[in-house]
Amino acid sequence: MIFVPRKEFTHKIENVSRRGLLKGLGIGGGLVVMARLMPSGALAADMHEKYDTGATGMPHGTVNDPHVFIAIAPNGTVTIVAARAEMGTGAARTSLPMIIAEELDADWSRVKIVQGPGDEPRYGNQDTDGSRSVRHFLQPMRQCGAAMRLMLEMAAAKHWGVDVSQVHASNHEIVNAANGKKLGYGDVAAAASAMPMPAVDKLTFKDPANYRYIGKGNVSIVDLHDITVGKAHYGGDHRLPGQVFAVIARPPVTGGKLVSFDATEAKKVPGVIKVMEAQGWQPPGTKFAPLGGVAVIAKSTGAAIKGRDALKIVWDDGPNKDFDSVAYRTQLEDAVKAPGEVVRNEGDVDAAFKSAAKVVTRDYYTAAFVHTPMEPPVALAHVAGGKAEIWAPVQSPWGTREDIAKLLDLPVDKVRVNTMLLGGGFGRKSKCDYAQEAALLSKALGVPVQVQWTREDDVRHSFNHGENAQRIEAAVDANNKVVGWRHRSAAPSILSTFKKGVDHQFAIEVSMGLVDVPFAIPNIRCETGAAVAHSRIGWFRSVRNIPHGFAIQSFVAEMAHELGKDPKDMLLELIGPPRIVDPRTQIAKDMFWDYGEPWDSYPIDAGRLRGVAELAAEKAGWGKTLPPGHGMGIAAHRSFVTYVATVVQVAVDDKGNITVPQVDYAIDCGFHVNPERIMSQCEGGSVMGMTLAKYSAITFKNGRVQQGNFDDYQMLRINESPKVTNVHIVPATYDVHASGVGEPPIPPFAPALCNAIFAATGKRVRNLPIADQLKT
Amino acid sequence: MITLRVNGQEHTTSADPSLPLLWFLRDELNLTGTKFGCGEALCGACTVHIDGEAVRSCGIVLSDVSGKSVVTIEGLDAHGDHPVQKAWRAVNVPQCGYCQAGQIMQASALLAKNPKPSDSEIDEAMSGNICRCGCYQRIHTAVRLAATGV
Repeated sequence: MIFVPRKEFTHKIENVSRRGLLKGLGIGGGLVVMARLMPSGALAADMHEKYDTGATGMPHGTVNDPHVFIAIAPNGTVTIVAARAEMGTGAARTSLPMIIAEELDADWSRVKIVQGPGDEPRYGNQDTDGSRSVRHFLQPMRQCGAAMRLMLEMAAAKHWGVDVSQVHASNHEIVNAANGKKLGYGDVAAAASAMPMPAVDKLTFKDPANYRYIGKGNVSIVDLHDITVGKAHYGGDHRLPGQVFAVIARPPVTGGKLVSFDATEAKKVPGVIKVMEAQGWQPPGTKFAPLGGVAVIAKSTGAAIKGRDALKIVWDDGPNKDFDSVAYRTQLEDAVKAPGEVVRNEGDVDAAFKSAAKVVTRDYYTAAFVHTPMEPPVALAHVAGGKAEIWAPVQSPWGTREDIAKLLDLPVDKVRVNTMLLGGGFGRKSKCDYAQEAALLSKALGVPVQVQWTREDDVRHSFNHGENAQRIEAAVDANNKVVGWRHRSAAPSILSTFKKGVDHQFAIEVSMGLVDVPFAIPNIRCETGAAVAHSRIGWFRSVRNIPHGFAIQSFVAEMAHELGKDPKDMLLELIGPPRIVDPRTQIAKDMFWDYGEPWDSYPIDAGRLRGVAELAAEKAGWGKTLPPGHGMGIAAHRSFVTYVATVVQVAVDDKGNITVPQVDYAIDCGFHVNPERIMSQCEGGSVMGMTLAKYSAITFKNGRVQQGNFDDYQMLRINESPKVTNVHIVPATYDVHASGVGEPPIPPFAPALCNAIFAATGKRVRNLPIADQLKT
Repeated sequence: MITLRVNGQEHTTSADPSLPLLWFLRDELNLTGTKFGCGEALCGACTVHIDGEAVRSCGIVLSDVSGKSVVTIEGLDAHGDHPVQKAWRAVNVPQCGYCQAGQIMQASALLAKNPKPSDSEIDEAMSGNICRCGCYQRIHTAVRLAATGV
């Protein structure tokens, strides 16, 4: 979701040789003819002036050279490279290639997708994170498609001896307007390769009225058939001759290390080949380095797991051996009772509270949780002959390549990272510790090694979404208007994974729902409280927006109750009139981050937030009479420069069991490419949001995670899932920049649910997960 | 030695009789369509059919399937056109797709026994299969579609 070292503008156009291109596309043989043209330098800069995004600040920026992404075979098959990681949003392997196909005017049924390896100098940024794929690559992919289409048109015009203005591409054919003759894309692919690369000002883009795929929702995900027949290849599905299978016993306490082990019994397990120490590093500040421990190498993963169960290990638990979630909670809650570090200050908050007719104070707490993608971390590595090759489900294939190169002390060009399909990511697979483990073992053993994490490994040794205590206070004047707002937040910071000595949230975290609160209140102060990390802290789909959105949107409904107002009306009153909310001058130095985007492209727009709140409310039938025991709740939150509102209808029975008959999402993500996948992200967000609200808690005792598998770290199941999730997408033209979709559906769900529970029962949930709080 | 049938083909193996079937399928036979999710029969990602019944292959060992017939996602239908597979495609069910082989094996076993399940019977039968991406609404729709004919 985050971690973007800001770099100079590195928009890159490469001259890729035919050989290089074939290799890059992963296609051998002479079947493919491609344009091999010198790209004009004009292609790059121009577009960014017209469509400014944070892509320019990402490592390796974006690439818009059709040579890099498109190959056309004589039979007309168009091959498009998917360079980013596919983890289920559909963005990498379906939506981005679809943009190319649209502008190329290719027939989607004749398009083939190949996965590019980790290679940012070639493809541009590949860090599949932060809901950025379509946001950053919409424009470069349009350019790719349009440039390729023009080169095909130029080749056909030359063939017919007419001016290029007399021909046009249409659904995989070039049509001669003068006589109606046609040439297939495959017929002119070779000749197109002799055409000069068009400059960007020569490119024309399709009139959206003529779109066949963008915005239509008529394209199935590329891997759909393979998934349904078991042929889609995920992280653990690649096989090499001589490959062995490993699991690792890691230190049970973060920061602990191995003292000694006895492998006598483990070695007796049939199939176990070897037991050895696995190298590791002790956090904090160790980034994605492996934790180390004892590795069991076997002929199958099953044998390795059995061997590990038979190990006797002595650990030094290290400095976190007494870490206890109960005590930690008290510590965080104490931190937000007192003034903290001020990260935003607007107006005169002290005066507002001093003169208030009424002050409302509420405390919220959200537990730690982890991602548990259905595919636990897994990686295959083959390190031999001064080279390393990795097959792994990684969100950042280039970052993984750099980390592996550094770990093995190899030049980066001696490392190849093959991006497999991710069986879910949610931020966990941004951290490539599992690939590093496999690389170290393969180097030591000289054979290909696959490291599989068990579910217990995943639950206990993750990069946790940290606990969060918050206090929100509102000063209300004699007219029942909120005139003062004080919000304190204490949570262990992600930054602790990257450096030592961190005890407060940093810019990226406070800018996820704390300092960017878009309310029309004249006096606002936001503060962070101290919190030291005792486990590895990472980012989870939508990150700090989850707890911050929960507290703020719950508080809005609490204020509505206090002031005798309707919760939706209260929300709209606090958002205020449509306007751009610009808090930047009130935010502490270097503490604001607009998701890495240029402010002018993606300002905080109160009108759009109002818009989704009103749309969701209208579609859900806000205010209608509900059956006894039912209630409706609303929440609206901007994250990843997208605006989402959720209305949840809940039913609570007399035992405190909750069911959700209906959810309505309204999402304003600007120009949208693939509405069908936007819907699926919201449908899934509803389920993941309810899992987080209902169940998700990772707790520590004696430094150890107390949960291990889906029995004590529960996921929502189909029989308790929201019955219907309706998704309403705000229409937008191309001039409203595309924003993020993967993460934004999560934050509003939990507060909307808890507000609905209050409406149904009068019980206010201020601590997540809900767990047994409603049980009677 | 243990003999079993997998997708119609007979295999005789000297592998450890206590090896979970999942790892025999994945690591010995390279049938990687069956997925590892939890190892404790809690999530359903590894669901296969054993003599027609939906079974978690992580929770059953080789000696338990001696002489039995195992069908994995790769063997559900020769052309990948089982009504459940077709329904899954018609509804565009998957997001990441990792759990879907198990979901499809579970759903197909349900429909073999109960061709016209009610909504609550669908939810009950599918409640052992976790989808972290949260495709439940579409899974339910697809099962119903498969039951009513694609």
